[in-house]
Order: sequence, then structure tokens, then C-alpha cells
Amino acid sequence: MNRFLIFLPLCVAIVIGLAGWWGLNPDRDPNSVPSALIGQPVPIFDLPAIEGIGGLGLSTQDFADASGPTLVNVFASWCVPCRAEHAVLTRMVREDNLALVGINYKDKPAAAAAWLTELGNPYVRIGSDQTGRAGIEWGISGVPETFVVDADGIIVFRYVGPITSDAALATLRNALAQAEGDNS
Amino acid sequence: MIPEIGQFALTLALMTAVVQGILPIWGAARNNAVWMRSATPSAALQCILIAIAFGALMRSFVVSDFTVVNVVENSHSLKPILFKVAGTWGSHEGSLLLWTLILAVFGAAVALLGQNIPTSLKARTLSVQAWISTGFLSFMLFTSNPFDRIFPAPLDGNDLNPLLQDVGLAMHPPLLYIGYVGFSIVFSFAVAALIEGRVDPAWARWVRPWTLAAWVALTGGIALGSWWAYYELGWGGWWFWDPVENVSFMPWLLGTALLHSAVVTEKRGAFKSWTILLAILTFSLSLLGTFIVRSGLLTSVHAFAVDPERGAYILGLLVLSIGGSLTLYAIRAPKMDPGGLFAPISREGGLLINNLLLTLATATVLFGTLYPLFLEAITGDKISVGPPFFNASFIPIMLPLVIVMGVGPFLSWKRADLPGVFDRLKWVIVITLIALLVVWYVQTKGPALAVLAMAIAVWLLLATLREWSLRIKLGQVSVRESLDRLRRVPRSSHGMTLAHAGLAVCIFGFVGSSAWKSEEVLFVEPGTQVEIAGFDVTFEGTERVQGPNYVAAVGVLRVMRNGREVTVLRPERRTYPVAQSQTTEAAIRSTPAGDLYASITEPANEDMGGKWTLRILYEPLVGLVWLGSLMLVLGGLTSLTDRRLRVGSPKRKTPVATALIAGE
Repeated sequence: MNRFLIFLPLCVAIVIGLAGWWGLNPDRDPNSVPSALIGQPVPIFDLPAIEGIGGLGLSTQDFADASGPTLVNVFASWCVPCRAEHAVLTRMVREDNLALVGINYKDKPAAAAAWLTELGNPYVRIGSDQTGRAGIEWGISGVPETFVVDADGIIVFRYVGPITSDAALATLRNALAQAEGDNS
Repeated sequence: MIPEIGQFALTLALMTAVVQGILPIWGAARNNAVWMRSATPSAALQCILIAIAFGALMRSFVVSDFTVVNVVENSHSLKPILFKVAGTWGSHEGSLLLWTLILAVFGAAVALLGQNIPTSLKARTLSVQAWISTGFLSFMLFTSNPFDRIFPAPLDGNDLNPLLQDVGLAMHPPLLYIGYVGFSIVFSFAVAALIEGRVDPAWARWVRPWTLAAWVALTGGIALGSWWAYYELGWGGWWFWDPVENVSFMPWLLGTALLHSAVVTEKRGAFKSWTILLAILTFSLSLLGTFIVRSGLLTSVHAFAVDPERGAYILGLLVLSIGGSLTLYAIRAPKMDPGGLFAPISREGGLLINNLLLTLATATVLFGTLYPLFLEAITGDKISVGPPFFNASFIPIMLPLVIVMGVGPFLSWKRADLPGVFDRLKWVIVITLIALLVVWYVQTKGPALAVLAMAIAVWLLLATLREWSLRIKLGQVSVRESLDRLRRVPRSSHGMTLAHAGLAVCIFGFVGSSAWKSEEVLFVEPGTQVEIAGFDVTFEGTERVQGPNYVAAVGVLRVMRNGREVTVLRPERRTYPVAQSQTTEAAIRSTPAGDLYASITEPANEDMGGKWTLRILYEPLVGLVWLGSLMLVLGGLTSLTDRRLRVGSPKRKTPVATALIAGE
């Protein structure tokens, strides 16, 4: 057999091994979905408050006036994981003193109001997105999703799914700290 | 106390493995018979020690000992006993323990059963096997100890992932691992032969039963996994070309090639260096699979908890074992003599095509599986390679293989008479062409490739049956003599017939269920009717059912055909409160013609007003996928009981026997 062919399997194995070594980099997450909006300004949208709870609505303009990073959480009363995530977000707001705003996605105002009354309302502002139009602008793939927007109104981080695990919480805190660091 | 015994046994097993990895091979180099023979007792001891550790972990699961972290994370006191036992291998640590147990069992089996293997080859093989053990035992003890304790102990466990609480999946890992790990012994034989510098037909004969056993288990494991995905995931598919599926499929493809090339080495003394290479690569792909599943390298629907540190350790093991063995191969292989000569049209030629196509198919799957990783490493782009790639590349490679498979068993060694073969197959060719036209005429929808694949499967089935009937001279001599011949034909030859026919049956299932299935996904409320493949299905609502550790909503679907009730399908949606997750239990009505398959999921959002999402499919011939797989497994088992392999001694060369052996 040809001398070169004899070494072929070994060479292929080395290439695969190198790729594997590269792939083990702990910062790499094969499951993360890159968002086209990362590094982009917050999309143009203007949402009214949820009827019946008397809070503030949410629009693009609100991000321009921010003094620090903002956490944007997309939620709905019909979404079961949101219920679990709600407790985590409430604790974060209480302990980390961060600005949390919400987009109430495709929800009936009465149901959303009842949900917030039952569980408490950690949001500074909530936009009621009954048509799902703002959700499209933000490019969400489901509920819940969470974004970090820095003080300049630039989206710097996106998390798909509920923030309930320690790992999810850690990456979110990390993103918040970076967003804060960039501005100080 | 018991978990400490397990841990202690594991540590002792590691030490035994280290001794077994050094002493026998050193003895073989120095021609010291006592050192060489030490391999047998140490392999047995190592197996016993790991079995003790495994028993200790299983006991912790059965009695729900929540002082053990692994039990807390993967079990729950309310879980049925079967799944408590299965929980032993439900986690990364536990499954690794099962992995090493099977490794040690294979080592001990060779030590105790391989009485006729020359002492030096046996000593070297068992030493190489012990190197693999050492790697995995140390991996377990240093990075993934299954016996870690937790204090204070929690009151109850976190429950095993409910998707895994299923009989099919409880049995899937053990079978799959017997397959994966079974190839380790073939690998060890190959490395030992390279060190020894001698590969002969006898070597191939000792290796073949182990290859066959591993192949049978892997076939069963893959089939069971795909069956589980079919009824548990609720999508109605049975193969998704997911990375984790691919990594179990690649050793299977290459193992199949190895099975056939070892025949050539055994019968004709040819393909030696190729057989060795296949033995190394097959196990290398098993190791690669272990690495990919446990390192989180690729996105997949099923993966263990991911830890880069563990990934790095396994990668180190891979570099040593695969890199080492391939380097050894590159140095030693050129010195091997090429063995018997043969004409292009011959049994050897047919098996060469088999090997080339199977290797090409493996390379294609490997490329498709790793391509996203390569692309991300080079350009940073993230993509996923899905079924379209695999269907477009894999199927065109496999179809010619299946055509050759029909002819192969008719070819004689060294030089075959092709016109004579086609003369014996002329009726098969005619019937196949008729079948092609009939399928084409009946089936107007669906791709043309499906029609072709169906005809090729008919060809394989008929050609295989024709070869079998010629072998026992069915119709040419009296029935009594045919029966007598049936009894005298080697079992390995019956095994081949069964396995080849099984593949044909599988292909009917593959094609029918993927090319001609009907599928409806819709929102339903009580009273909704849907018509699919001639069935009228009415959704009558849902019932609540309380299970041992779950609550389920059971949909009631009344199925009518031509105004007469056929059956009531009851798909379930289960919620496991402790594990905080949900599973789908599909309801399936199976008939030989096809499966009517239904699954439900709860309303997607409140606007839907309590409507459920119903997925209903009709998959023609899908049952044949598993019937065919069963035939493959039974074919392998039949071949495994062949006297020649059981006894392991060279066959007596009587003229009749030589003529009969022709097919393998």
C-alpha cells in the first residue's frame, strides 16, 4: 500500500482531534443562538401599559433615557416556565437593584393583570404586546426570552428560555456586569 | 458504608488494570510464561471488582440512598423500581461505570473463553484492553466519581429525566454500550497483532465472534433507541440524523465493514492490513462518540451534563489510544504481506466493494456530523447539518451497496463466473423489474428515488432467498433431502441469509415511512374531526389520569374507517412535578400495512381557548423497520452459534463442507 495512504487515517484523526480541542473552549456554547440584533440599537416599537394595573408602557424612547443597563424580559401569563422564572427575576431585582422592564407577549390584559397580582410585579415598565408585533421586531423565537440593553440603548445579550438554572443566572449576571463596565 | 465499598473496589480495579496493562505484555516481550498467564486472573479480578462497584451503586439507587449525590440527582423515592435500577446508568457517572463494567466483562470473557488463543497474543490483547480500562477508570475516579456523598442528605431526589423513564430506554444504554465497548476487544486484538507483527487467518477467526457479538448488540441498541424516539418523542420520526445518533451509527457502519473484511482475512488471508485498520477505526469511532456525547461539543437533543474538564480528559484518552494505535499501524502495516490474489469479479472483489462503500458512507456521516464544528472553528459561522445533507449523500452510496449485496453471496472465491450468476438470477431480475413498474404505477406521489429504493429492496430480498434456496437445493431434490441440507448448512450461512433479508425488510420500512407518510398537525377541541389516509378521526376531549410520579392528560381519539369504528387512540401528555418536565406518550395503532400515530401537546397559548395541538400521522410499513432490525440481530446471533466460532477450531476440510461454506 502507498506510504501516504498508510498515514491518511492518522492525519484525519489529528485534524479531528485539533477541532475537538478547539471545541472544548469553555466560553463556547454550541446551543447559543446568535441574534442578528446583538450590537444593534433597540428596535422601534411603542407599547401601551397593561390595562387595569395602571403601570407605565414601554417604547424605544424609554431606553434612550436610561442611566444604566436594562433587563428586558418577554413573558406571558399562559407560559408555564415564565412562572418559574418570575421568582428568579423578582429576587434579582431585589438583590441586584437593576432596572427590569417587561414585554407582555400575546396576552389578555385581564389574565396578565391577575398573574401579576398573584405573583407580584417586579417590572418598572411593562408594554402590552397583544398583537405580537413588538415580539417580531425583537426577533424572539418563543417565551420567555430575556435581553440586556446597555445605557446607550444597544442590545448586548440575548437569552432564550427561562432563567432558572444557576448557569443561566450566571451568564446573565456576567452580561449585565459587562454592560455596566462598558459605560463606566 | 456500601458506597465506600464501591469506591474502594473501583480503586482496586484501577490498580489491577495497571498491573494487567504492564505485566502480561512485558512477559510476552521477554517470553516469560508466568507473567503472560497473569493476564487471565487479573482480567477476571478486575471484572469482579468493577461488578462490585456497579452493584454498590445499583443498591444505592434501589434503596434510594440520598446521601449519594448521583442518586439525589437522578432518582426519586416514588419512582417505579425498574427505573430506580435503570437510574444506575441514567447519569454520566453511572453510565461510565456501566461502560467500564462492560469493558471488563469483555476482557474477562476473552481471558476465560479464549482457551485456544496463543498465550502471547492473549497476553498482549488483555494488556491493551487493560490500558483502555486504566484510562476510563482513572477518568471516573478523578473527574466523575459516582460515589460522591452529600451532607446533609436531602429528603428526596430530583428524579430521573422523565423522557428516560421508559422501558425501551432503560434497556437502550446497556445494549448500545455492549456494542460500543465490544469493539474494544477487537481493537485490543488488532493492536496486539500489530505489536506482535503477525496477522494470519487464525487471528481473524479469533476476532470474528467478538466482532459479531458487538455488532449484534450495537444493532439492537440502535434499533431500540430509534424505537424509543418513535413512540416517546411524539414527532412520529424514528431517525433524525442527530449527532448523538450519528456517532452510534458510524461504528455500526464500520463494524459491518469489519465483519465482512474479517471473513476475507479468515478465508483467504487477504485484506489483512485493511481488517486491522477497520478494527482500530471502529473502536476509535466508538470513543469519538463517547467524547462527543459527554463533552458538549455539538448541539444535540440528548446529551449528558456538559463539563469541558471531562471533555479534555476524554480527548487526552482519545489522543493516546487513537493516535497511538494509528501511529503503530502506520509503522507496522507496510510490512504485512498482501495475502491471496483474486480476480476483480470474485467474492473478494464483492466484499471489497462492500468495504469501500461502507467506509465511504461512514466518512460521509462523519463529515456531516463534524462539519458544523469545523466551520465554526474556521469561519465562526454556526450552522447545523440536517437530514437533507444525509439523505442526499448517504442514500446514493447505500443503494449500489444493496445491489451488490444481492449478487455477492453468489460469487465464488478468487474468480467468479458472472454470466453464470446472472443466469441463476434471471427470474429475480425479471420479478424486480415487474415490481419496479408496479410500485411506479401505484405510487404517483413521492420521489422517484423511493420507487427505485423499493425495487432494490425487492431485488435484495429475492436474490437472498434465491441463494438460500439454491444452497439447500429447494425444488431440485426431494423435500427430505432439502431439509437434510438445511440442517447441514453452516449456521453462519443461515445467519447471513437472515441478516441480508432483514436489511431488505428494513429498507421497505425506511422508504414506506419516510416517502409516503401522511401527516397532519392541527389545533383540536372536543368534537374536531380530521381525515387522514382513509381514517376519520374524532377528538372527543381529554381525561386526567394520576400516575405513580406524574399526572397525565389523556386525549381520546375515536378512529373510524368507512363508517365503522376501528379503534380508540389514547395519546398521553404527562407532567412530572418533581422533575418539572413533561413527556409525550404517543398512541399508535400498528398493522402490517402501517401505523396510525397520534400525539397531543397542551394549548400553545391562551388565545387558543383550550385547544390542544394534535399531531397525527399515517406511516406506511414503518413496523418493518423494527422487524428488519430484529432479523439483523437474529441473523447475527444465528451466525454466532456457528460451530466453527463456538469451538474456534479450524473446520475439517471435507469436500461438501468446503462447497457449502461458500456463503458467509
